[in-house]
Amino acid sequence: MKKQSHVLALFNDFEEAANAIADLRESESRLKGFNMRDVTLKSPIDHPECAEQLGERPVYIQLFTLMGAVLGSSLGFMAISAAQASFLRQQRGGFPLVAVPPNMVLTYELFILTAVFFTIIAVYVVFALHSQKHKLYSVEISVDKIGILVNADAAAIPGIREIFARHRALEISETSDASPQK
Amino acid sequence: MTTTHDEHEVTVEPRFVIKPKDINEEISWAQINEDVLRSLERPRPLYWIIFFGSLGLFCWGIYCEIYQYQTGLGVAALENPQMWGLYIATFIFWIGMSHSGTLLSAILLIMHADWRKPIYRFAEAMTTFSLMTAGLFVLVHLGRIWQFYYVVAYPNERWAWPNFNSPLAWDATAIGTYLTTSIIFLYFGMIPDLAICRDNATGFRRTFYVVMSLGWKGTDWQWANFRVTYLTLACLLIPLAVSVHSIVATDFAVSQQPGWHTTSFPPYFVAGALYSGCAAIITLFIILRYTFRFEQYMTIPILEKLCKLTFAISMIWTYLNFVEYASVWYGTDEYAKQALIYRATGQYAGWWWAMNILGSIVPFALTFKALRTHIPSMMVVSLLLNLGMWIERFMIVTPTFAHGYYPWTWTDHWWPNWVQVGLILGSFGWFTMLFMLFCKIFPSVSMYEVKEMVYHRARARKAPAPQPAQIPRPAEG
Repeated sequence: MKKQSHVLALFNDFEEAANAIADLRESESRLKGFNMRDVTLKSPIDHPECAEQLGERPVYIQLFTLMGAVLGSSLGFMAISAAQASFLRQQRGGFPLVAVPPNMVLTYELFILTAVFFTIIAVYVVFALHSQKHKLYSVEISVDKIGILVNADAAAIPGIREIFARHRALEISETSDASPQK
Repeated sequence: MTTTHDEHEVTVEPRFVIKPKDINEEISWAQINEDVLRSLERPRPLYWIIFFGSLGLFCWGIYCEIYQYQTGLGVAALENPQMWGLYIATFIFWIGMSHSGTLLSAILLIMHADWRKPIYRFAEAMTTFSLMTAGLFVLVHLGRIWQFYYVVAYPNERWAWPNFNSPLAWDATAIGTYLTTSIIFLYFGMIPDLAICRDNATGFRRTFYVVMSLGWKGTDWQWANFRVTYLTLACLLIPLAVSVHSIVATDFAVSQQPGWHTTSFPPYFVAGALYSGCAAIITLFIILRYTFRFEQYMTIPILEKLCKLTFAISMIWTYLNFVEYASVWYGTDEYAKQALIYRATGQYAGWWWAMNILGSIVPFALTFKALRTHIPSMMVVSLLLNLGMWIERFMIVTPTFAHGYYPWTWTDHWWPNWVQVGLILGSFGWFTMLFMLFCKIFPSVSMYEVKEMVYHRARARKAPAPQPAQIPRPAEG
């Protein structure tokens, strides 16, 4: 078993945190057992510019929304039409059994409803999966501090701590767990 | 004082540039947390007065509903042709109220109007609770509440489905979708703030916030997903809000009642909805500002912007109202014209004139800065606007039924009795009670968005001032 450590450093503002991230990126090749993919920024507000420095973090939520929208509109319309065609026993007096324009209204509503459900289910699942990864946390992050969390091999930790200290980290906390060797 | 540089530079007078700040940019993030979290614990005594007052009204409404349930709809003076009474008029009023939450939270979000940030949360809550209140009237007006499932697309034991071509079936679907989406949108937007509550709560409340915050830790990954999802939900919510009130308008417009059969009804309803919602937001803004000591967040410049928005929407409503009258007046439908004349001169003329004055003339008070910045005046004006918009819904329903095609069905004398009035008051109690409970349990000001607002404005202020724009002058001659 190789020991995996987690370090969380707190900074006063985004500029200091951004500098520390840039330094970590420069040291990536030098520090063995450390990868920029394992660096996480924790902040009280959304700061896309600072987060961009961590590299590309793709978001797939829209795909679920699209899936929900397509399913909702197609299945919704088919279900409404099938329901009317199969069960409606009223005499329609020359009108078509399944009238398209009024059913489009219901289809439209179902299209949105299903898209919303798929979106929120996707978010719920990915949040639940992701929250297990980041156990180190400080309540200061929900107030006004910016945190940088690094998961790395124990051997790389002194170098990472040094970088954080150089960029005037207010507080550095560390924990470790046993993780399967790659 | 005018500053000029050279002949190609744009000259800007400082008095046109300096605007009052929406919010104090010097406020610290810790202070924002502290102020908003304090609102969950120690509101002013007025909070409890409003809460118990609304609880009392709600109990009175419950009593009226039990009486009506046990005795029948006849006790509410509902008889042919006045089968809807105040119930459906108030249903439209509450549906309308819900629209401005969407306007403030979703439309202004997409337009990057950041002054909405301190106030959109309670507007969204208003959307949700007013929809829940509107839904009650669908049940109440049925009389036989136990057969509520007939309003949704549900097959009965005779294998006959509801008529899918009827706007009433669309209505139930649209309102159900809108309510579901609004609750999700309200809740999802609160997750970062619920994490703040979790970090500061103890005991049972902490457990509650732990569950509600979905493990939020403010990671860059969470923020990226949050940003995309919130925007996606906003984009889905906007067309939904428009469709809901258009469909409610279609309930009337596709019928053959004189005065209702107008193509301008859907936009007229949507404009009326936004109008009454904005007026209600001003009322709640003033109440929350005082009750929870939110003077630093619900500021006068933001109130002014709300007032200007309300005035603009009131003029749209006035225009569409005029279009409705004009299209009937210059049309060929003599019955519709008679119905219009009846509204202006008949039994309900006083209400018709009150609606027009309150809806189209009183909003001009919002054009005066002295009034916009005077909170007691704004409270009175916003209540008057809301009253005007409630009367508008009353005027759509009651006089039309009172003066239909057949003279032997005319009911000039008809007036709602105490059971209907009790249920209407009960609905206001129900709404206010839920709203005040929400504000006590959940943060009614979005902490993370106010922090963003403060941060970005402070950063913009610190950035070096841009040079005057170099705009080449057009060649002369």
